[in-house]
Amino acid sequence: MGMTITEKILAAHAGKKEVRPGDLIWAKLDIALGNDITAPIAISEFRNSGAGKVWDKNKVVLVPDHFTPNKDIMSAEQSKILRDFSREQKLKFYFEVGEVGVEHALLPEKGIVTSGDAVIGADSHTCTYGALGAFSTGVGSTDLAAAMISGKVWLKVPEAMKFVFEGKLSKWVSGKDLILKIIGDIGVDGALYRSMEFTGEAIRSLSMESRLSMCNMAIEAGGKNGIIEPDEITKRYLKGRSIRKPVFYSSDKDAKYVSVTEYDASKLEPMVAFPHLPSNTRPISKVGKVRIDQVVIGSCTNGRIEDMRIAAKLMKGKKVAPYVRTLIIPATQAIFKQMIKEGLMEVFVDCGAAVSTPTCGPCLGGHMGILAAGERALATTNRNFVGRMGSPKAEVYLANPAVAAATAIFGRIASPEEL
Amino acid sequence: MIFTGKVFKYRDDVNTDEIIPARYLNTSDPKELAKHTMEDIDKDFMKKMKPGDIIVGEKNFGCGSSREHAPIAIKEAGVSCVIAKSFARIFYRNSFNMGLPILENPKAVDGISSGDLVEVDTVKGEIRNKTTGKTFAVAPYPVFMQELIKAGGLIKYVAKNNR
Repeated sequence: MGMTITEKILAAHAGKKEVRPGDLIWAKLDIALGNDITAPIAISEFRNSGAGKVWDKNKVVLVPDHFTPNKDIMSAEQSKILRDFSREQKLKFYFEVGEVGVEHALLPEKGIVTSGDAVIGADSHTCTYGALGAFSTGVGSTDLAAAMISGKVWLKVPEAMKFVFEGKLSKWVSGKDLILKIIGDIGVDGALYRSMEFTGEAIRSLSMESRLSMCNMAIEAGGKNGIIEPDEITKRYLKGRSIRKPVFYSSDKDAKYVSVTEYDASKLEPMVAFPHLPSNTRPISKVGKVRIDQVVIGSCTNGRIEDMRIAAKLMKGKKVAPYVRTLIIPATQAIFKQMIKEGLMEVFVDCGAAVSTPTCGPCLGGHMGILAAGERALATTNRNFVGRMGSPKAEVYLANPAVAAATAIFGRIASPEEL
Repeated sequence: MIFTGKVFKYRDDVNTDEIIPARYLNTSDPKELAKHTMEDIDKDFMKKMKPGDIIVGEKNFGCGSSREHAPIAIKEAGVSCVIAKSFARIFYRNSFNMGLPILENPKAVDGISSGDLVEVDTVKGEIRNKTTGKTFAVAPYPVFMQELIKAGGLIKYVAKNNR
């Protein structure tokens, strides 16, 4: 019987010819990632274990991106733990403020993750790298510590769900909308413990940015990983970037799926997730009048250059609505620089938006744009749980960058078609 | 081990932002984290609970972020175990890895109400609702995971097998 792309990658990393759903395996890792929230606990466990050196100084990656540039003394202490450890262990991939970016935008951009990899990260959105055809999943600090010691992770081989998008996408519909549509249909635990495989004509036409954005939110359906088979777009993206030789796997025709769901991509609209779950979705045409106090364009979901270009194109020559704060957060320094080059910075500043250095910042209610009680934000981020962007009495709506740009101009949730 | 405690029961999809909001994650000190356990779903949880008490959730308990701070806060707060119909996968791994007892048991969840007194016997593999008298059998861990427990947890296991 055939295997899925996920099963093939896991088998290869477990040193087995084949694996089946439910098998418990030890998989060898290509990369293990931590950030300024999760790595301090992992480092402490690493030290307590008596281990002297990390398994591979080129494969343990530390990215202080959540509370940086540090918002207070306590968060500065957390970042310092990463800095000291990176120095001591001579880690090749530690990124200081000034070169740091949001981890799941930064690692693909730098070619640190590539097709065929097995990757864990102590951050739930580590599933992003499935867009490159890698097996990639979020874990906690103890798993990261174990990986830092051994280069391995224990995993249960997941069952797979297939989502097929045929047809052409309408204008303004992106990977973010496809994943919001799925989450709306199956719920926040609809893919619990499972692998989500995205395929079909519409997926193959998606840009790498849009694919990363889509796989990023597999966890919001409870998925273990989200994955897209590598194709020409993947190969073009990896060329001259990948630090390891990519390995291109694809699913066998007779691979087994617990479900196959087909969508007509041409019928989909931009989607908006209402508070307080990413599954609480509505198409933009059914949103109604929702006044907004803050718009955030950024994050590991939608802080890439394509997202910035879409937003700038819509906002050019216009003004942000009165009393609306619009925050633009490019996810990496390369994106920041490209925005300067292309004149996008000028567009955003002229229309009254604030542009920030890369940070996770407001996405998790960390800093740089916290909401007061009773306020509403529309964000291109990935979660809208109670208290996610500040006050537990605030509300967060999730959407793509085009909807976010239109919303900033109108001061209410708006379709880009209205501009 | 045997735990006995009063039950605090919550809905589906209790997420890690509700268990320990990110605004408190500028530390990883268990004592600091524990002060804010369950704050965004039940503001007074820490005032109401006593050490040994039990949290019961419906589906998908612990969804959202990978922060191990969530099971750390729950454990440090003195909660003896969490029972749910299902757990989000990262929360499940984290709890298993750091030693917070969690039990997946849909029947028990349906047979337990907030305020019930519940006894959990991990050796016998039994959840007993002392308020109603009903008991529920708990399935043992797979052998693979039992070996991690025997070794004293994941870190001790890899530290030993890595030498």
